[in-house]
Amino acid sequence: MISDAPVLQQTSEPADSTAAPSRLSRYARPLLGVLLPLILALGWEIVVWSGWSNGRLVPPPSRVFATIADLARSGELVRHIAATLWRVGLGFAFGVVAGTLLGAISGYWSLARRLLDPTVQALRAIPSLAWVPLFILWLGIFETSKIVLIAVGVFFPVYLGVMGAILIVDRKIVEVGRTFRLSGPAMIRRILLPAVLPAYVVSLRVGLGLGWMFVVAAELIGASEGLGYLLLDGQQLGKPAQILAAIVIFAILGKLTDWLIEVGAAPFLRWQDAFGRAKET
Amino acid sequence: MLALDRVSKTYPNGVQALARFSAEIRQGEILAIIGGSGCGKSTLLRAIAGLDRASSGTVTLDDEAIAAPHAKIGIIFQEPRLLPWLSVADNIGFGLADLPAAERRAKVARALERVGLADKAQAWPRELSGGQAQRVAIARALVPQPEVLLLDEPFSALDAFTRRDLQDHLLDLWADTRPTLILVTHDVDEAVVLADRVLVMRPRPGRLFDQIEINLGRPRDRNSPLFENFKRSVLTSLDRSLDRNVPDRDATQGPGQAMWW
Repeated sequence: MISDAPVLQQTSEPADSTAAPSRLSRYARPLLGVLLPLILALGWEIVVWSGWSNGRLVPPPSRVFATIADLARSGELVRHIAATLWRVGLGFAFGVVAGTLLGAISGYWSLARRLLDPTVQALRAIPSLAWVPLFILWLGIFETSKIVLIAVGVFFPVYLGVMGAILIVDRKIVEVGRTFRLSGPAMIRRILLPAVLPAYVVSLRVGLGLGWMFVVAAELIGASEGLGYLLLDGQQLGKPAQILAAIVIFAILGKLTDWLIEVGAAPFLRWQDAFGRAKET
Repeated sequence: MLALDRVSKTYPNGVQALARFSAEIRQGEILAIIGGSGCGKSTLLRAIAGLDRASSGTVTLDDEAIAAPHAKIGIIFQEPRLLPWLSVADNIGFGLADLPAAERRAKVARALERVGLADKAQAWPRELSGGQAQRVAIARALVPQPEVLLLDEPFSALDAFTRRDLQDHLLDLWADTRPTLILVTHDVDEAVVLADRVLVMRPRPGRLFDQIEINLGRPRDRNSPLFENFKRSVLTSLDRSLDRNVPDRDATQGPGQAMWW
């Protein structure tokens, strides 16, 4: 028998008075992780403020945030963020659609896997940035080549994730579907899809991470707007605060979009980690 | 009536798992199939279930040939094989997808009540104990009311107490609609407690060796001398099926301990 004590404390649920750990440990533990960066930032702020360093190459946090505020006030920030988000979003969408389709075909149909997979794996072995010159020659230096580059980055982890997940679906569970005489589509909908969903969500998150990585590469190559452009502009004009500001925003956006996938998928994955309680009909 | 006519199975690697196995099983009969490892008893069960096709020979249920999973034939495996993303209630209702929702819910509720898990309706499979999970699997297989229920060593992964509970529970459920039960087991005790008839199989290649009618009323007392007698005759037959000559073996075995591997 499994006891009623939740093994994973879910943040969305109110603390159970019987099982709640002490208040201090619950709130203090995550804060411990923030302590070190906070002390370093504060320390550097003090060092610059007291004049021990001019902070020209490593600007203190206050100057980074001031830069962000300036950019926000002039409307530049929104423009750059929108440009980058648009590229990541479009590239991610294309990469996910292609990766899911081809991954599903390769996973489900072994003949297709034999035909397709070696080529895909060979292409995967090429460092994706090596495509850049070709993409620019073929597609120009504007949006298309950037989005294609991002899509290529997203494609591989999604393709691998979907194919791998289908290949390791438990034969015994598939047999249950067979004993209940599920048709092909019903087998996919009622057995295969739910079975691959956890791995699929992971591959989407990995793909999105790569999407963010590749948007920087794409925007460093040549762009007139976007967060990657801010990086390049900061380097060329010697504005480290602007570079750090762009990095901070990349971190926030990356974390935020990853969190969106996580939260969006959570209702479908409750069976996985909802150890203790399940009160849904 | 379920009829097996010279069912043979040779795997692609050349191993002959089953050779010309024939048997007739009456509607409502409880049949236990027992035998040494590699005697083809699971192969036989999978052929009856329509999961694997026999290389030759036929399986017919009421004159209908079985070559693929059939609505009238249910199966329970050694593991519960519940779908982890469905609640206990949805797992039980898995085979009822064609019914209207209200009817399905009513049937599931009745089945949950019947296996004593009404309070677990909305639990996830991973929250169940091994015995509870296997009861859900039994409910899932029984709820579409199959005429034949196949059981492939269904209780072998459970502890001795839970196993006894579930054996009694299975008989209790069987009495509701009296489907034909075909039980593959390696537990002599289990075979004699449950079955009307025990088929002993002989390995390499798997074939029928002996059959023993268990003429005992139900409920059966596992400690009665008569019960011990039947157990002994099954064990003796098993030993002979493996060309063993150990006459003293049965006498030294404690009561209720007769696990035969």
